[in-house]
Amino acid sequence: MAERALMKGNEALAEASIRAGCRHFFGYPITPQTEVSAYMAKRMPKVGGVFLQAESEVAAISMVMGAAAAGVRAMTSSSSPGISLKAEVISYIAACDLPCVIVNIQRGSPGVGGIQPAQSDYNQATKAPGHGDFHMLVYAPSTVQEMVNTVVTAFDTADKYRMPAMILGDGLLGQMMEPVEFPEMRTNMPEKPWAINGMLGKRPKNVINSLYLRPEELERTIIERFARYDEIIKEHAQAEAYLTGDADIVVVAYGAAARIARSGVDAARSQGIKAGLVRPVTLWPFPNAVIKESARHAGNILVVEMSMGQMVPDVKLAVECALPVHFFGHTGGVVPTPTEVLEQIKILSGGVE
Amino acid sequence: MVTISENICKGCGLCGAVCPKQAMAINYGKLTEKGYNPAMVADTQSCVACGMCAMMCPDSAIKVERG
Amino acid sequence: MAVVYEKSAALTDVPLSYCPGCTHGIIHKLVAESIVELGVQDRAVGIAPVGCAVMAYDFFDFDMIQAPHGRAPAVATGIKRAVPDTIVFTYQGDGDLAAIGTAETVHSATRGENIVIIFVNNAIYGMTGGQMAPTTLVGQVTQTTPYGRDAGTQGFPVRVCEMLATLEGVQYAERVTVTDIPAIRNAKRAIKKAFQNQIGGKGFSIVEVLSTCPTNWGLSPVEALDWLKANMIPQYPLGVFKDKEVKV
Repeated sequence: MAERALMKGNEALAEASIRAGCRHFFGYPITPQTEVSAYMAKRMPKVGGVFLQAESEVAAISMVMGAAAAGVRAMTSSSSPGISLKAEVISYIAACDLPCVIVNIQRGSPGVGGIQPAQSDYNQATKAPGHGDFHMLVYAPSTVQEMVNTVVTAFDTADKYRMPAMILGDGLLGQMMEPVEFPEMRTNMPEKPWAINGMLGKRPKNVINSLYLRPEELERTIIERFARYDEIIKEHAQAEAYLTGDADIVVVAYGAAARIARSGVDAARSQGIKAGLVRPVTLWPFPNAVIKESARHAGNILVVEMSMGQMVPDVKLAVECALPVHFFGHTGGVVPTPTEVLEQIKILSGGVE
Repeated sequence: MVTISENICKGCGLCGAVCPKQAMAINYGKLTEKGYNPAMVADTQSCVACGMCAMMCPDSAIKVERG
Repeated sequence: MAVVYEKSAALTDVPLSYCPGCTHGIIHKLVAESIVELGVQDRAVGIAPVGCAVMAYDFFDFDMIQAPHGRAPAVATGIKRAVPDTIVFTYQGDGDLAAIGTAETVHSATRGENIVIIFVNNAIYGMTGGQMAPTTLVGQVTQTTPYGRDAGTQGFPVRVCEMLATLEGVQYAERVTVTDIPAIRNAKRAIKKAFQNQIGGKGFSIVEVLSTCPTNWGLSPVEALDWLKANMIPQYPLGVFKDKEVKV
C-alpha cells in the first residue's frame, strides 16, 4: 500500500530516490536545494545508505561518478551555479556510459544571481550540460508528486540506457509542500556486468574510460551512443496536452511555469478564449510530436518560461515555424502570475500585439 | 640467466646503472622494431643473476633466472 | 631454474607508453607486485589520472577507471563507499594531485577515506610537454618558467606529505624514491604498507614517490636519477611524515 504524506519538494525527491533503490547520495549545500542533503543526512543512515557532504559540487559529482562506475544507483543535487561546476564530470559520465541522477533546483541566474525560482538553465541542461557530443535525459516535474515519479523514472531510464539523467526543478517546486504518495521500496536492482567492483574471480578486468586517441574510434563510440539516443527520442518523450483539441492559442510551459500557465489558460477559457496548454515533462527528449499535433489547428503559440525564452527555439522547431511562436516570461527569480499569462493570451486572441 | 625482451626494451640504460658487476651495455649495433638500441648482457662471465637489472627495468623487459 | 625476477602477474602484456627510463614503469611494478603479494588483485580497483599515466588502465590487470583531472580521490571515495570490499587506489601526478586536485586530495585525507594514493612527483607536467608544476623547484627551467621558477612571481613549491601530515584523518604518509635498488626496495615496502593499511581498514594512506622526467628535464634517464638525488631530495626529504601506528 503506497504511503501518503505532505512533503516539501526537495525532501520528497530525496525520499523518492531512496525508494528507487539509491543508497549513495553526495551533495553540497546551496540554496534553494539544501533540504535534499539535510534530508539525506538523516534518512540514509536509517536505510543503511551513504550520505556524504562533499567539499564542492565538483567533488560531489565525482563521487557520483565513482559510485555509479562501481555499479550502484547514485545521486547528487545542486542549484544553477553548482550545476555549472559539474559540467566537466557530467561529460565524463556520459562519455563513460554511466547512469546517475543529478537534480537541479534552479535559481535566479546568471552568476551568483538570486535564490528565487528560475528556469534559466534550460539551455544548459538540454543543449550543453558539458563539453562534447552527448545528451542527458532531462525531466521537468511540475508537482511534488511528479518530482517523486520522475526521480524513479530517471533512475530506471538512466540505468537502461547507461547515461546521466537530470531532474530540472526550480526553487518553487523545491520549497513547496504538497501531498505525495511514494512507491514501495525497490529491492531488485539491475545487473551491471560492466561495473568496476573487483573481478572476484568471475570475469576479466573492466575498464571505465573516455579516452580514445584514434579519432575514428572516438567517432564510432559517439555514433553508437547516438543510436541509443535515437531510441530514446522515439520512445521516451513525454508531455501533457491540456485542452488543446480545439485551442486557437496553445501555451507551452514546463515545471512551475506550467502551473501558472494552466491557471492562465483556465481563466482564458472562462472568458471564452480557446486556450490550451502543452506541458513537456521530458525536455530531452523534447516532445516535438505532441507540440506539433496540439498546434495543428492553432493560430498562435505562447511560450511561458521563467527565463529569457530559452525554450522558444525548440518550440519553433517542433512546429517547423508553421505558426507564430510568442514568448512571455520573467527571469532573475521573478515569478510570472496567472493574470499576466491571461493578459498575454488575451492580446494574442484579440489579434492586438 | 638474463633474458631481455628486445621488443619491449627502450634502451634507457637504467639496468646498466644499477648492475653491481657493470655487466650490462647498450647494443648500439642493433635497432629494435620501435627504433631503440636495446640493452644486452655484455659481460656474461661477470653476471651473477642478482636480478637488480630486472628490478630496475621500468618496462619489465628483463627476466632473471638462476640454476 | 628458479625465477629471480619476472614481470608481475598484475601487469598486462600491453607495452608501457612511458618515455625510456621514466620511473612510472618502476612504480607501476611496485604497485602491481604489492597487490599480487597481498592477494587482492581480484578486489583491486585503480584510478588513472590525467597526465602521463592516463593510460594506466591498459597496463594493470584489474578493474580500472580513468578519472577527471584532479578528481581521482573523489572518484575513489565514491567507489569505496559504494563497494567497501574493493581495494581502491589512485595513481596521480603532481598536477593532478597538487594543483587542480588539491581540494580532493586534502578532503579525502581529512575524511580519512580508506584508500591508497600513489603520488608520482617529478616536479613538472610531463604529458603536456614540460610546464611548471606545484612541485617545480625554485630556479627550475620549464616551458612556463623559461628563466627559471621565480619565487617572487611564481611562488614556492609545495611539500604535500608534510601538509597532509597535519590532518588527523591521515593514517600514513611517507615519501620515497626509486633512484636505485635500495630505494626501490624501500618504496615497495611503503607501498605495500599503504595497501595493508587499507586491507586492515586503517584509513587514508599516501606514498609520495619522487620520480624523474628525463624527456622534459632534458636529461638522459641515468642523468635524471642523479639530478633527482642532488636537487629533489634536499627539497623533498625522504621519510615517514605520519604513521598512526608508530608511537612517538
